[in-house]
Amino acid sequence: MITGNHAAATAAVLAGRANRSGRGFCSGVYPITPSTECMEFLCLQDIEKGHVVKVESEHSAMAVCIGASVSGARSFTTTAGNGLIYMAENVMVAAFLRLPVVMVVGNRAVGPPWNIWTDHSDSLALRDSGWIQIYCGNNQEVFDAVLIAFRIAEDHRVLMPVMVCQEGFVLSHTMALTEIADQTQVDQFLPQLNLPHRLAQTPRVVGSFTSSRMIEAHREQHHNAMRMAWDVYTEAQTDFEKTFDRRPPDPVVTYRTEDAELVLVSMGTIAETVNRVVDNLRDRGLRIGSVRVTMFRPFPFDALKKAFTGISRIAVIDRDISLGFGGVLWGEVRSLAQPGMVVQNYVSGLGGGDVRPEHVEQMVKDALERKTTGPSIFVGVGE
Amino acid sequence: MNRPESYQNSHLLRPGNTNCGGCGMSIAFQMFKRSIGDTPVQLVLPACCAAVAAGGFPFSAYGAPVLLSTFASAASTATGMAQVARLNSEDIRVVCWAGDGGTYDIGMASLSGAAERNEDILFICYDNEIYGNTGGQRSSATPAGAGATNILKGKIEPKKDIMSIIAAHGIPYAATVSLADPDDARRKFQRSIKEKGFRFLLILSPCPTGWKSDPSMTIELVRLAVRSGLFPVLEVENGSRWTINVEPDFSKDDLARYVSLQRRFKKSEIKPDEMGAEIDLKWKTVRMLAGCNTGV
Repeated sequence: MITGNHAAATAAVLAGRANRSGRGFCSGVYPITPSTECMEFLCLQDIEKGHVVKVESEHSAMAVCIGASVSGARSFTTTAGNGLIYMAENVMVAAFLRLPVVMVVGNRAVGPPWNIWTDHSDSLALRDSGWIQIYCGNNQEVFDAVLIAFRIAEDHRVLMPVMVCQEGFVLSHTMALTEIADQTQVDQFLPQLNLPHRLAQTPRVVGSFTSSRMIEAHREQHHNAMRMAWDVYTEAQTDFEKTFDRRPPDPVVTYRTEDAELVLVSMGTIAETVNRVVDNLRDRGLRIGSVRVTMFRPFPFDALKKAFTGISRIAVIDRDISLGFGGVLWGEVRSLAQPGMVVQNYVSGLGGGDVRPEHVEQMVKDALERKTTGPSIFVGVGE
Repeated sequence: MNRPESYQNSHLLRPGNTNCGGCGMSIAFQMFKRSIGDTPVQLVLPACCAAVAAGGFPFSAYGAPVLLSTFASAASTATGMAQVARLNSEDIRVVCWAGDGGTYDIGMASLSGAAERNEDILFICYDNEIYGNTGGQRSSATPAGAGATNILKGKIEPKKDIMSIIAAHGIPYAATVSLADPDDARRKFQRSIKEKGFRFLLILSPCPTGWKSDPSMTIELVRLAVRSGLFPVLEVENGSRWTINVEPDFSKDDLARYVSLQRRFKKSEIKPDEMGAEIDLKWKTVRMLAGCNTGV
């Protein structure tokens, strides 16, 4: 029985130690609620050929990871909410330098108003930062995602950082039965990191100045590498299953979507609630299903399109808001809508608000009744 | 250009780079390289003229591996590199080479953090007393009386005392370096590259473009700044043992000549006399800290 934070840190320690035959493990960390216990746990471990630097800010935490990673070490950090936003500049640098850093974000509302509870607005504000993003549904997924994140980040076809998102408190502080792994299994799953552009002794510049046309080439390469992540993830899933005897979730997880008239799309733990509502309402004869997006970047177009086959109504639940637009997930899902489809957005659960079954039922009722897509609807505000 | 290998290796900042003529930072790089010889280094350059001097992808003006860090993160990025070098028992020296903006201002928090943790890093600040590559705006290193593009009549506030701030961290070694005193400079470069733990060097680095001075006067300007007492040449061991390495003559003529060789003080309402008073005050503190330790 461990919390999401301890699951994440345990996985990071195992992954760090697995690179002892390579250039080791080095991490920069800084505390922030609700990710503090992850960094604390990491700081208190004995990691062979590893070191955790307790820095003076999140911005520096990621800078340490950048320096360590560019020197060929495996690197990991964790943060949340305003900490992630403060770190943002170096978050983007880690991606644009194509460094395989792994970070666990304990999703938290970005203040003010100050609020330590969960919200996807922090990591989604860095949607375009060039990181792969995985959203977890339970503690086991957090543990597994950290290991699989290193695997895809360090794959030479991908070579970029991965953000593993877990909802603050809901996962980070909740203990659940979690299967962890042996060091020998992790050693087998994570071969030593070999960074092709490692800074060693050859005179050259990493992160150089470049012309307009060259920066386009860099972005195109990065974009194409991101699109490789689907295949690399699938391979990693299979290998993970062989090594650990369980399979991490697909980029899109469907639940009772066959013959559905309406599906509810969500990320993170909200899907658990939605699945329960689906069971209840199916018992009452409603043909509804649930779709959970676990990999948000690269965005799983094909898997979602497949999940939406034969569906005429989609309700998208966002635990985030792009002000002046609507839910971020909704914006992405909407791009897949066929003409005539209703793709309605429901914003709920910001700043840790409970998204309860009755809220989901309210969304289902509205989505089944409406003739056209309307503006985003806030559900449960001020309750 | 095909240059012999030995020529390539003799330069850290190679010829043909984009720095202006008479750039103090270019001279500092040559003196640094000649002092440290073949000691392998990795450079971390935050946003500053030294980063611009690297040139465009895929070329590099530097004869060493370089990482261009974000403006605020030179010391923390170098921390990761130095820690991994230690974990792998590598004898490579990680050197941050930053301007005054990346040291006194935006880089202050990460610099202070790395100093407090006593990371194995040499942090060198070439101080041209302005934001140089953005065209010359004020920084907290700009001295009172000097104008900048965003403060035409000259700065009112005195220059931040970075050496006292750094010394307060109790790091093994900190020193100021005068480009006009090459023997002292070489000794400091050699000591600081070898010493373990956090080391800090401050180099007064005239910027002919920003200071509106003649490029041929760079060394002369440093000499005048040292003689007049404007730039104390000293070192601090373990944050407590202060030593004055070059005794100024506090010549009013040298101070007047220092001011007259640059056009950045032209519109200032601060007179050399007032600058003299500031120097007196500064030296009272320096003498108190140094006690009887003088290198002369």
